[in-house]
Amino acid sequence: MPLSTQSQSQDEQYVLVANLDNARNLSNILKAITCKDHAVFTATANGLKVTVEDCKCMQANAFIQADIFQEYTLKEDMVIFQINLTVLLDCLNIFGGSTAAGASTALRMCYMGYGHPLLLFLEEGGVVTVCKINTQEPEEPIDFEFSSCNVTNKVILQSESLKEAFSELDMTSEVLQITMSPSQPYFRLSTFGNSGNAHYDYSKDSDMMELFQCNKTQTNRYKMSLLKPSTKALAISCKVSVRTDSRGLLSLQYLVRNDNGQICFVEYFCCPDEEVEEE
Amino acid sequence: TYLVHILDDIFCLQFSGVMTTISKLTKTCVLRLTPDHLFFILPGKVTNGGVGMWCQLLQANFFQEYQMEGVTSEPTLSSVGRVVTHDVPVDVIPRRLWQEFQESGVPDFDVSVYLPPLKTMKSVVDRMKNLSNFLVMEANLNGDMNLKIQTDLVSVTTHFKDLGNPDGGPTQSRDPEVMAEVTVDIRKLLQFLMGQQVNPSKALCNIVHQNVVHLVLLHEDVSLQYFIPAVS
Repeated sequence: MPLSTQSQSQDEQYVLVANLDNARNLSNILKAITCKDHAVFTATANGLKVTVEDCKCMQANAFIQADIFQEYTLKEDMVIFQINLTVLLDCLNIFGGSTAAGASTALRMCYMGYGHPLLLFLEEGGVVTVCKINTQEPEEPIDFEFSSCNVTNKVILQSESLKEAFSELDMTSEVLQITMSPSQPYFRLSTFGNSGNAHYDYSKDSDMMELFQCNKTQTNRYKMSLLKPSTKALAISCKVSVRTDSRGLLSLQYLVRNDNGQICFVEYFCCPDEEVEEE
Repeated sequence: TYLVHILDDIFCLQFSGVMTTISKLTKTCVLRLTPDHLFFILPGKVTNGGVGMWCQLLQANFFQEYQMEGVTSEPTLSSVGRVVTHDVPVDVIPRRLWQEFQESGVPDFDVSVYLPPLKTMKSVVDRMKNLSNFLVMEANLNGDMNLKIQTDLVSVTTHFKDLGNPDGGPTQSRDPEVMAEVTVDIRKLLQFLMGQQVNPSKALCNIVHQNVVHLVLLHEDVSLQYFIPAVS
């Protein structure tokens, strides 16, 4: 395969080298967090974390563990850079994004360190495309301090059940309201749009509800524009966990299976919309 | 008077395939008729940055009856056939302007190379158009072709190898490794690639360094030639 014929000496100059036999195992998960132009890439020994933020109150993260890659070599403890995500996706999909049988694009991603562009070598059917994408000074991602010890309410649902609701969400509603409670309605999504209010209820006894741990009744509203992009993560996931802490901060975690059946995670954090008065 | 009869379904289909390809490139074009051929011409003035296109058909393959007489004073043209009847609005071009539409001579090109699979070219150029307005096409006599875009943000190069070079191309005195290149408007190249309805039996590209890209598609007896000038 052409990509692996790069000599050893060439490899030594890179602080990060990551190879994938199927570039879709990266591009598909990145599509699920694409809501802004720029993303911060953080590479550690565990793997790659890609972060997108909006308005300082929403954050989306995609995690691609080191063992997803056919080769993953990191020469420093942590490598971090910012890059234009839409440009990166156009490059990863240069041979077309289709899932044609048998045709897959191989990827080799190389980074020389601070100030250098990200290099992508993509190969399909003997044709090689080389991309050099400029990197930027990374903005430190926000730490929302969402701790597993501080979780007020938690449910895990099969994604199938939420897909219909999210695809039908009334976009004329400025907010999405989430109610979680140990008593009725248990788990409710509500919108308040031009044509009226809509509620989607999920009972704790439903087949789709894999876990139900709600201790206290909480109702929080989140800006629709911030949460709507999470629909893309929902679309490729099989399960989703919904958690809130005492501040009403929302954590959505999606379990995604890639083309090889391996598991990756996508996570969305969203701050509650403070301006709206409770009913 | 021009009188043509369309032969039967098979040729009708092929003719309409050609018409569809051409209609994706232009809404009006010039139809030039000679005793043996039909030419559909989009006479973009290449020197002014316009795109030029020629499509040449051997009329015997398409029309059962094909009669041509000299120019008449009656500018009425219609074609009537057993299978298809069309009255196509036509402007007759005055005889004094005919020399503009003579078949263009083959330009003196630097490199002639077979094109890669059009489907791959289409995917790549379609993505590249999101990144840049201009694209560099380069090729050499070693059968190598590169498509490149470069902006402040990103550079992308797709390398095609072992494409082969047609016989009867430029002279052997040229170093086979040296590339001839043209910077083109990416939308013009994409327009050409998107318009292809039929897989050609032969597809090749002639490059005049920093001047023009001449694309030639051959499908049996239909040839489609497309000129994309260098951006100034």
